Amino acid sequence: MLETFVGRLALDRPGMVASGIMDETGASMARMLDSGAGAVVTKSIGLAPSPGHRNPTFTEVKGGFVNAMGLPNPGIDLFGEEMEIAVRKGKIVGSVFGKDPAEFSELAGRMEDYGACAVELNLSCPHAKGYGMEVGVDPALVKSIVAAAKSSVSVPVWAKLTPNTHILGEIASAVSDAGGDAIVAINTLKAMVISPEFAAPFLSNRFGGLSGPAVRSVGVRAVYDIRSAVDLPIVGVGGISDWRDAAQYIMAGACAFQVGSAIASKGVNVFEAINRDLEDFMRSFGYSSIRDMEGAAHE
Amino acid sequence: MSDFVKILGATRESHDTMTFEFRWDEKASPGQFVMVWVPGMEEVPMSLSRTNRIKSITVKAIGDDTRRLHELRLGDSLRVRGPYGRGFSLKKGVETLAIGGGAGTAAIMPAVKEIGADVIIGARTEADVIMDDLASKYSKNVWISTDDGSRGFRGNAVQLMREKAAEKSYGMVLACGPEVMLRGVLGACSELGLDCQLSMERHMKCGAGLCGCCVIDGQRVCKDGPVFTGEQAARMPEFGSKRRDEAGRLVGAR
Ligand SMILES: Cc1cc2nc3c(=O)[nH]c(=O)nc-3n(C[C@H](O)[C@H](O)[C@H](O)COP(=O)(O)OP(=O)(O)OC[C@H]3O[C@@H](n4cnc5c(N)ncnc54)[C@H](O)[C@@H]3O)c2cc1C
Ligand SMILES: Cc1cc2nc3c(=O)[nH]c(=O)nc-3n(C[C@H](O)[C@H](O)[C@H](O)COP(=O)(O)O)c2cc1C
Ligand code: FES
Repeated sequence: MLETFVGRLALDRPGMVASGIMDETGASMARMLDSGAGAVVTKSIGLAPSPGHRNPTFTEVKGGFVNAMGLPNPGIDLFGEEMEIAVRKGKIVGSVFGKDPAEFSELAGRMEDYGACAVELNLSCPHAKGYGMEVGVDPALVKSIVAAAKSSVSVPVWAKLTPNTHILGEIASAVSDAGGDAIVAINTLKAMVISPEFAAPFLSNRFGGLSGPAVRSVGVRAVYDIRSAVDLPIVGVGGISDWRDAAQYIMAGACAFQVGSAIASKGVNVFEAINRDLEDFMRSFGYSSIRDMEGAAHE
Repeated sequence: MSDFVKILGATRESHDTMTFEFRWDEKASPGQFVMVWVPGMEEVPMSLSRTNRIKSITVKAIGDDTRRLHELRLGDSLRVRGPYGRGFSLKKGVETLAIGGGAGTAAIMPAVKEIGADVIIGARTEADVIMDDLASKYSKNVWISTDDGSRGFRGNAVQLMREKAAEKSYGMVLACGPEVMLRGVLGACSELGLDCQLSMERHMKCGAGLCGCCVIDGQRVCKDGPVFTGEQAARMPEFGSKRRDEAGRLVGAR
């Protein structure tokens, strides 16, 4: 009863590993597929290898985490070796980041070549200069990036959006106009941590992104808004750690969801628990499928 | 969780290694580590060399950040987060041999304190031996090996371990140190039919099991380790041969 569709992509289970968590290597993606995830979204990959920002890149805060990894990645050439191991085990969504439509289209094509079942465009990382959110809050640019990616691949193209904007609806419409196949929301909320003892920002990049339980209500709202603005499948992400969190996203309008931070706080078995408990809930409240629950909170 | 602590003690262990004590109420177990930072340095992982309410880290100065830590003085603030990872699983009553190589000696001290294990401290020369006094406080048998024979057994810690394991039957071997040493311990233990637990190192960023940069064959050193059993280690083709650099590229192990 947990099978679902993100557009034309079928998933046995609705929960995926969110980009950036346990998905930089073939072996770790394989491990996550074994632990109950319906698919794994890869770490966002760019054209060239990059070490990301210098440490400190991460810290716990009340209600979640703030990170500024800065999109570290081995580059698309080397990532082929990791994909080869992972795609044998299950569905892998290739996440990519670029600075312009040409880069996105090149990277998307490479991910398809490697066997990705869909491509996720990172238009939303809040802490990498010239990338992510910096390209993802301009509807015209978003439209041309999605169109460029669409023109180079035949697998579905998903756009991952940032909540750090007041024109989320317009950006979602741009994705839809360009022929995007789904919207993923949300990425982290732009954030900052200061150490009073040192009167200094903690992260080397000063700014980072907030994830975990603290962002869940923002994410649920974003999904609800997007559902009202466009008619595209939505994948909900942000602060999900149990069935109740997942159900909120589904009822706001998502057909699938992703889990990131909770893989650290709850462990890699978090998917098994969510799958089991979500099914229990669906049985006792008379939902026969994810589709049945999708958008239930809308009029 | 993360906290700011004040340095209560700064002691020199050797020409390149110092121990810094601080009071931190967080519960920690032997083999766990923390991420430490002061402004102007990269945050780095350090094992806890003491795990009571008064905790400590023992830092070998090998680069910019560890040298910056050596500048810490009494009363200075340090940001620590953690404790992270799965430490040693210890059983009183099981004859245990704990092996520390170089700065790795610091990480086995809390385990030695807890169960009074026999200890081998491996170092390059006499001048590099650390924490042998502390080890002698907790343990009746403390043996030292130096590569050049300037103190104790002449040779490496694994050779000495083989000698000691022939004299006494151990139920468990614990080890922390350079990966070649760990590899040697694993090899010797499987030959001799001994159980072992090895504390590993990989480049760390989050330290908390999220970013995935510290994986060895899909296992996160920061969360699933840093201590792995011999059986786990034997199933890791990358152990002793490959590691990931900061960009996630697979490169040769040091
Ligand atoms: C779980 C764990 C426990 C450790 N415990 C101790 C300890 O108790 N005492 C001690 O002296 N050292 C310990 N280390 C090693 C220590 O973290 C490195 O020596 C330190 O990061 C070096 O930083 P640097 O800037 O001085 O040197 P650099 O010149 O920057 O680096 C020298 C080498 O240190 C290692 N290193 C650098 N940054 C990191 C990082 N973020 N994560 C992991 N390794 C890194 C790399 O191998 C690098 O090549 C531990 C490492 C790990 C992973
Ligand atoms: C350590 C870390 C790294 C991340 N890296 C990426 C990334 O490379 N690409 C991306 O699109 N999102 C990245 N994210 C964002 C997550 O995919 C997710 O959108 C966000 O964390 C909210 O979900 P959560 O609360 O379940 O973690 C990262 C998040 C964290 C915590
Ligand atoms: S350092 Fe991030 S997962 Fe281990």
